[in-house]
Amino acid sequence: MSDAAANVMVVTSTLVHAKGLTKHFGSFEAVRGIDVEVGKGEAFGFLGPNGAGKSSTMRMVACVSPRTGGELRVLGMDPDVDGPSIRARLGVVPQQDNLDTELTVRQNLQVYGRYFGLSRSAVRERAVELMEFAQLTDRADAEVEPLSGGMKRRLTIARSLVNDPELLLLDEPTTGLDPQARHLLWDRLFRLKQSGVTLIITTHYMDEAEQLCDRLVVMDGGRIAAEGSPSELIRRHSTREVLELRFPPGEQSAAEVRDLAERVEVLPDRVLLYTGDGEAALSAVHARGVRPVSTLVRRSTLEDVFLRLTGRTLVD
Amino acid sequence: MTRESSTQAPRTADTANPPVAPRSSNGLLFRIVPPGLYAGRSHVLVERSYLVSKRAWMSVLSGFFEPLFFLFSLGFGFGQLVTTVEGPGGPMPYAAFVAPALLAASAMNGAVFEATFNLFFKFKYAKVYDAVLATPMGPVDIALGEVTWCLIRGGLYSGGFIVVMLGFGLISSPWALLALPVCLLVALAFAAAGMAAATFMRSWHDFDLVQLAVMPMFLFSTTFYPLSVYPGWLQTVVQWTPLYHAIELMRALTTGYVGWGALGHVAYFVVMAAIGVVVAARRLGKLLLT
Repeated sequence: MSDAAANVMVVTSTLVHAKGLTKHFGSFEAVRGIDVEVGKGEAFGFLGPNGAGKSSTMRMVACVSPRTGGELRVLGMDPDVDGPSIRARLGVVPQQDNLDTELTVRQNLQVYGRYFGLSRSAVRERAVELMEFAQLTDRADAEVEPLSGGMKRRLTIARSLVNDPELLLLDEPTTGLDPQARHLLWDRLFRLKQSGVTLIITTHYMDEAEQLCDRLVVMDGGRIAAEGSPSELIRRHSTREVLELRFPPGEQSAAEVRDLAERVEVLPDRVLLYTGDGEAALSAVHARGVRPVSTLVRRSTLEDVFLRLTGRTLVD
Repeated sequence: MTRESSTQAPRTADTANPPVAPRSSNGLLFRIVPPGLYAGRSHVLVERSYLVSKRAWMSVLSGFFEPLFFLFSLGFGFGQLVTTVEGPGGPMPYAAFVAPALLAASAMNGAVFEATFNLFFKFKYAKVYDAVLATPMGPVDIALGEVTWCLIRGGLYSGGFIVVMLGFGLISSPWALLALPVCLLVALAFAAAGMAAATFMRSWHDFDLVQLAVMPMFLFSTTFYPLSVYPGWLQTVVQWTPLYHAIELMRALTTGYVGWGALGHVAYFVVMAAIGVVVAARRLGKLLLT
């Protein structure tokens, strides 16, 4: 009896389980065999440059894109078989807002709730609560089209909550928003996390990942390049500090400082020294008579990890 | 900042387990459609269309006037020159000849354009269906819901037109009571075919092809003159077009000359509707669920 109960606990505490998951579009391999486990109450992130396979993965988890191969279980069920039952318990915030522009703010929430089979009276109440949550109450009966980007995004997030989802999928939730709108959204997402909703977020903003995610994977070229908490990833894939030396273009003295750090990266205008102690490295640089235009000692960030793992080449 | 309690994500008890079980009234469809494609909730999409139309009632109302303008221009204007024409039961007034054909043609036009334009717009630009498919709803719910709305709207126009015909004494048989349900069947078939066609369209340019199919059908499928004006081989071509069958049905019902051949016309539209719905649902699923 207690064994059975324990088993159930194990089964239900993993909301997403993927093993060797692949997705092909014709001959293009968007996702090339990834293993992911997301537990209940977690805030999990997919980081990666454009085209890394994040959105394809999200769409498979959202049960709107059939997988090509591998295992996938969402809320303990198989999307190929139980897609509608899984979707009934998910909230989805797509990369591009797909609000219903022919309806008002309030109607968007009400009609969306109806898609989930909620009664008319239930969606009426729900819409009022959600507009309050998204700070859109004063725009309740306004058209959707003239709303600002941040408002549309908040409405999309509010809409995704209409069915009280256990798992919320957010595909680049703050891309294209100004800092105020981003912070307001982060605040709302943090509240959701506090109230027990499991979040899966894709982003290419490192600060967003550090703010929101307990655990994340870095994806590149359809594969997982690294996995861990933000601080773990920094520890594993970067040094504690980074010393940035800025030179006039074409006058870098990289060769003279190359042995002063664990790893040195030469950029067109800067030389980055990855080291445990930035100040010590800086003293050593000065001692050798190297005179950069300016210097900066800073902590390693997730961005350093990201760039190290996925490279500095531009991906389009 | 608002109070803490009001900005917390609201969680309500009655939404904890949203019902996904299908309504039993849709049992038959459930057996022939794969479960992932149909949630039995197509009526919600009809609700959505109703809400939209309440906000755009002018454009809805305008659809009623088009066949009326044709009736006044051709039936009463042109009818002054052509007093009688050979109908199902012999010579009849031109207005009474052309009115049932306009009824059939407006059922076609309304259904085809509502289905193709709206589907294409929502699918390609407004991404409405992407949002719908993230919920338990499936592509079959979408196809059925959109076709149903087409029929409700088309049925209102047809009903209005039939009342106008009655008012001008252009109906001479109680069989005309069946004209409205037959209009709905015709609209269903054209809407389903239009939706299926819309799923193959790549850009707005392809709508010229729809126009290219609908316009000659409207002009040449015995709408304005009897089939006997054509040479034999051309008669056969015209008899293959769907609008010809719709016009034959309407003329028979409003004049009372109804034969067993009417069932053949009905069968034509049943088959057309079935093929259209299946193709549209399959294509929508394929395009949206990639």
